[in-house]
Amino acid sequence: MTLSPTHDVSSRFARSTAETTNETKRAGALSTLDLLEAEAIHVIREVVAEFERPVLLFSGGKDSVVVLHLATKAFAPGRVPFPVLHVDTGHNFPEVLAFRDETVQRLGIRLEVARVQDYVDDGRLQERADGTRNPLQTVPLLDAIAAGRHDAVFGGARRDEDKARAKERIISLRDEFGQWDPRNQRPELWSLYNGRHTPGQHVRAFPISNWTELDVWQYIEREGIALPPLYFAHEREVYERDGMWRPVGPFSPPREDEAVEVRTVRYRTVGDMSCTGAVESDAADLAAIVAEVAVSTLTERGATRADDRLSEAAMEDRKKDGYF
Amino acid sequence: MSLDTQSVSSRFARSTTGDAPTLFRFATAGSVDDGKSTLVGRLLHDSKAILADQLEQVARTSADRGFAHGAFDFALLTDGLRAEREQGITIDVAYRYFSTGARSFILADCPGHVQYTRNMVTGATTADAVIVLVDGRKGVLEQTRRHLAVVALLRVPHVIVAVNKIDLIGFSADAFAEVAAQAEAVAAELGIEGLHVLPVSALEGDNIVDRSDRTPWYDGPALLELLETLPAADELEQELEPLRLPVQLVLRPQGGLAPGIAPEEAERLRDYRAVAGRIASGVVRVGDRVEIFPAGTTATVSGIRSAGVEVDEATAPQSVSLEFDADIDAARGALIVSAGTLPAAQREFDAELFQLDARALTPGIRVLVKHGTATVQAIVAQIESRYDLDALTHEPAQTLQTNDIGRVRLRLAADLPLEPYRTSRHGGSFLVIHPSDGATLAAGIVRD
Repeated sequence: MTLSPTHDVSSRFARSTAETTNETKRAGALSTLDLLEAEAIHVIREVVAEFERPVLLFSGGKDSVVVLHLATKAFAPGRVPFPVLHVDTGHNFPEVLAFRDETVQRLGIRLEVARVQDYVDDGRLQERADGTRNPLQTVPLLDAIAAGRHDAVFGGARRDEDKARAKERIISLRDEFGQWDPRNQRPELWSLYNGRHTPGQHVRAFPISNWTELDVWQYIEREGIALPPLYFAHEREVYERDGMWRPVGPFSPPREDEAVEVRTVRYRTVGDMSCTGAVESDAADLAAIVAEVAVSTLTERGATRADDRLSEAAMEDRKKDGYF
Repeated sequence: MSLDTQSVSSRFARSTTGDAPTLFRFATAGSVDDGKSTLVGRLLHDSKAILADQLEQVARTSADRGFAHGAFDFALLTDGLRAEREQGITIDVAYRYFSTGARSFILADCPGHVQYTRNMVTGATTADAVIVLVDGRKGVLEQTRRHLAVVALLRVPHVIVAVNKIDLIGFSADAFAEVAAQAEAVAAELGIEGLHVLPVSALEGDNIVDRSDRTPWYDGPALLELLETLPAADELEQELEPLRLPVQLVLRPQGGLAPGIAPEEAERLRDYRAVAGRIASGVVRVGDRVEIFPAGTTATVSGIRSAGVEVDEATAPQSVSLEFDADIDAARGALIVSAGTLPAAQREFDAELFQLDARALTPGIRVLVKHGTATVQAIVAQIESRYDLDALTHEPAQTLQTNDIGRVRLRLAADLPLEPYRTSRHGGSFLVIHPSDGATLAAGIVRD
């Protein structure tokens, strides 16, 4: 190993780094949360400006709650200029439905509901053997989008949630069957979004694409955003299945060999009672949740979603069919 | 390949208190087999961005594919699509996230061999830095030159050439110096300023997170150190740049105020009217005089909201709404600028196009140009030349095919406030869109 001939070359590179960092960096730079917030509001305003009938998919889960909060900021002091749509699987947690109703009433927004139960009752959809209704949401969702003539559908999906979602665009085109064609996506350049579409097509818009789970929680804490109570530690009757604490409830009864016990748990994601697991946690306030998420060694979906464990491509397959 | 899972640096302890982290966007590009997946995997792994369940899934699939026990195929982490995993190729740009105490990172992982221009352009347009990987044994290849040419045209603020597999060339200072000199020569030819060249081993971790003691002749920063300290585009001095605010929409709630506003406040807001948009450059303060494109009128800023909250001052890239002392003529597509800095209106201009669509671009075709928040009809008046990325010269051309970069002349149906891309990344960038099916045909930058 020789030393002298290259020394000049490498130290010059080193010097250029030091110069750029110290001389041009602005004091009081915007934080990650400020920048993510600015980007999300930009996306929300672009969609409202360029589309006729946007709608926000609102489940009462933390991600859709954050998107709705961003929408209130984007149009302040005016009201949010689009309705919200909830696909009700019939297996929702009652406290989440109550939160949903309170929220839309407080903000004065119209709520549209698509009910999976209606489809099961009249035979348009068949209940799955495993009892989970998460994959059944796609058809009612697409019907509701068509019925509402919605040309843009906001969602709270994030790219860090799943590796199929890591390839998703911020503004993503869907054909009239709601299908996502991951191999043929429009390139997304600078911050110029191309939302042009033909009749029958719609776009899905994901304003918090670039947020991580920790960003979401830190933002909720910073903004003091209200959430359904089950995100916070509480005592609940649960039983263990597939390494997750499943709630005892009408849609998720324990089998005979599954012992029911009372544990202090909270939810990291809020989906159906029939496919969402709780995690053991003492985190009873936002600061404690932020601290917990920062050191978590499991992804939120891996820790709490039975449906995503089905296969490596579970999310991609559902997305291609028009899922959220 | 295998990783020592114990060697996690304490630097990555995620801070939840203290100074709020800043955001830095970077893209990785490389040729086939230069170790890009390993580099991305190394960064994600060492920053604990890969959590136990993801690692378990990768380990399981790696074992199914015949990798030795405990070894990982890192490409599985970023190849999110079934077709990618089945074919063992990366098709599309994947976005990954990790964080150190000081910074949050958004990594656009750009595949090198399929549609490389499209992917590189996508990654580079939003990046604060691009890392171009070079195999230390092979040196600067044609593919490297092409990547650097795209990065140079798109004026990515920081360009990093990571000379990888330094372990396979015996940590030789001479070998590194030779590759560094090649990279420097190409960069000089392309006019890239502020190039950083680093000797790394993504596989063994040398100069990735910490400086390696196996390259004592290198006294520059480790890769992550560099990424943590380079200024992001939004951190660069904004005071010197004139205000540019493309108007997204006009907020005029009238009777539709948000519920919960107190009656006296509601009375004050009865005639609220503001233009909303994201500041593309510069700073705006209450009392500033501004000019409006295309109307050419001037007004004084009387109120600012940033993310809905009333403030006295806002800076790029915040999303704001501005009120003025008088009614102004500014709808979507208008541009608010500092008084005295109004860009010239243009109807015909020269551009460099990156042809991204499968269909060829030919002279005379009708397209749409999206610039800022304005979309106008346009005609491709003339195709002048095609950029030969291998020779780095411009050759006469009649059409532009997929992945071609070429010079064209565009004629517009309405005025646009175009600025040279060289001086303004936002004022000089635009999309070329198919007028009927809406596809993005090309990415465009305005030539001087």
